[in-house]
Amino acid sequence: MSHPLIEVEHLTMRFGGLLAVDDVSFAAWPGQITAVIGPNGAGKTTLYNCITGFYKPTVGRLTLREGDRTWLLERMLGFEIGQKARVARTFQNIRLFGGMTVLENLLVAQHNKLMRASGWSLLGLAGVRGFREAEAAAIELARGWLERIGLVADADRPAGELPYGAQRRLEIARAMCTEPRLLCLDEPAAGLNPRESAELNQLLTSIRDRDGVGVLLIEHDMSVVMSISDRVVVLDYGRKIADGDPAQVRRDPAVIRAYLGAEEGVDA
Amino acid sequence: MAYFTQQLVNGLALGAIYGLIAIGYTMVYGIVGMINFAHGEVFMVGSFIALIGFMICAMAGISSAPVAILLVLLIAMSFSAVYGWAIERTAYRPLRGSFRLAPLISAIGVSIVLQNYVQLVQGARPKPHVSLVSGGFTLFTSDGFDVRVTWIQIMIVMVTVALMAGFTLVISRTALGRQQRACEQDMKMAALLGVDVNRTISLTFVIGAALAAVAGMLFMMYYGVIDFFIGFLAGIKAFTAAVLGGIGSLPGAMLGGLLIGLIEVFWAGYFSSEYKDVAAFSIMILVLIFRPTGLLGKPEIEKV
Repeated sequence: MSHPLIEVEHLTMRFGGLLAVDDVSFAAWPGQITAVIGPNGAGKTTLYNCITGFYKPTVGRLTLREGDRTWLLERMLGFEIGQKARVARTFQNIRLFGGMTVLENLLVAQHNKLMRASGWSLLGLAGVRGFREAEAAAIELARGWLERIGLVADADRPAGELPYGAQRRLEIARAMCTEPRLLCLDEPAAGLNPRESAELNQLLTSIRDRDGVGVLLIEHDMSVVMSISDRVVVLDYGRKIADGDPAQVRRDPAVIRAYLGAEEGVDA
Repeated sequence: MAYFTQQLVNGLALGAIYGLIAIGYTMVYGIVGMINFAHGEVFMVGSFIALIGFMICAMAGISSAPVAILLVLLIAMSFSAVYGWAIERTAYRPLRGSFRLAPLISAIGVSIVLQNYVQLVQGARPKPHVSLVSGGFTLFTSDGFDVRVTWIQIMIVMVTVALMAGFTLVISRTALGRQQRACEQDMKMAALLGVDVNRTISLTFVIGAALAAVAGMLFMMYYGVIDFFIGFLAGIKAFTAAVLGGIGSLPGAMLGGLLIGLIEVFWAGYFSSEYKDVAAFSIMILVLIFRPTGLLGKPEIEKV
């Protein structure tokens, strides 16, 4: 297999006396969906917060690699991780810009390109051609994503008015408009009905196969995890207890113990 | 009727100035959720820079009024923008993420510093200035009362309308405006999407300060006299205007500014000029009792 896209090495995150993530190492590859699962409080979201710069890890190294270039995420500021390393993420709760339209949500995600092309908006106001072309290209990209998530007709509606499932998909599309190398999704299937959940699976596999982006996925819905992920990393009490393909992980005794509890009289 | 029209004209001109300052309050509140109490002083500094600018123009022998005004406008806007940027950088950014009252206190500190600084370097006495734009025309006469509209009033309203139009265009149409609105709604999410939040906040202060400088220049040309203390009352009034219109709302700030200007002028014209400030603030209180979010503000809906 080629280089991993992201390598997490000895990641430890301590909040006072609480060890939220304890010496976790794993890797994820481009063009693969890597699921991070574990019981509640296992440290999955903390792990994400370290990767996306919300927290500075206490110990550990996070290396993002593409070709010959590497980025050390733990040393970068929050917005740089989005802008330079191009790691995108979504949250457990929906964080769309509810007062802005669906299209504008997708354009904000492309704003770096646009700002450069528009000469800090000064040239843009003057209607310089380069800017109009950049704007048109941005709208074109956004339109492509709206088609993929089936929201073209809603482009000018405020994002906050969309139904829940559509908001979820829009969040993923918005993250994809930043043209990320790594997409981190935090429970994207939470609260979706079976049909919406199936649509989500399709969207995620198409992101993996068509766009070649590496996807990290935190998910409790095992039907989603088992059907679409290529690798599964299992955390429990901040430690990694298993790592492998879905079938392997499903049989792993440590995983079964973490999820179902150990049987009386059986030890590790 | 003639008297009423006259007051209306006066009120509009004053309200336009308040509106320009109010935008600075409302924008900063919208994006960082704090009241920038030093904003009134930026307005005062802007008017002093304009005064100095006009003197330099006079010394340089620029006699054409439009050229001088345009030049001074640019000077005042750019220098005040630097002030706005520096205030944010030194007094607010280090406190971001600390408790909510900290930047408020530091804002009051900045405002005292600026007042005293200008008092020290420019002196405490009011500075008169002979306006470059004088005269006007009589709109109509009835009952022996001339309704006068001065050129400076027309200029105030025109400059304000032009700036507002340009500004609205920037906010609603450009990438810069989108980025600003995104930061307003969810700063962390915007940062994750690659928006440089610090720079956006800086730009907000810069734009607000530049608009306040325009207001300062117009104020100076309108009244012909400024001192180091004008920022206090004008700032409080503009803040009131922003709250009245619904803080966080840009059209609200403009509407609030106009209303405060009109209330003040009408009260002074029909009742007593000593109580004009009381009238403006009382009406604000009344409006807030019945519409706590202001006239155009949107209530924050909490989903449970």
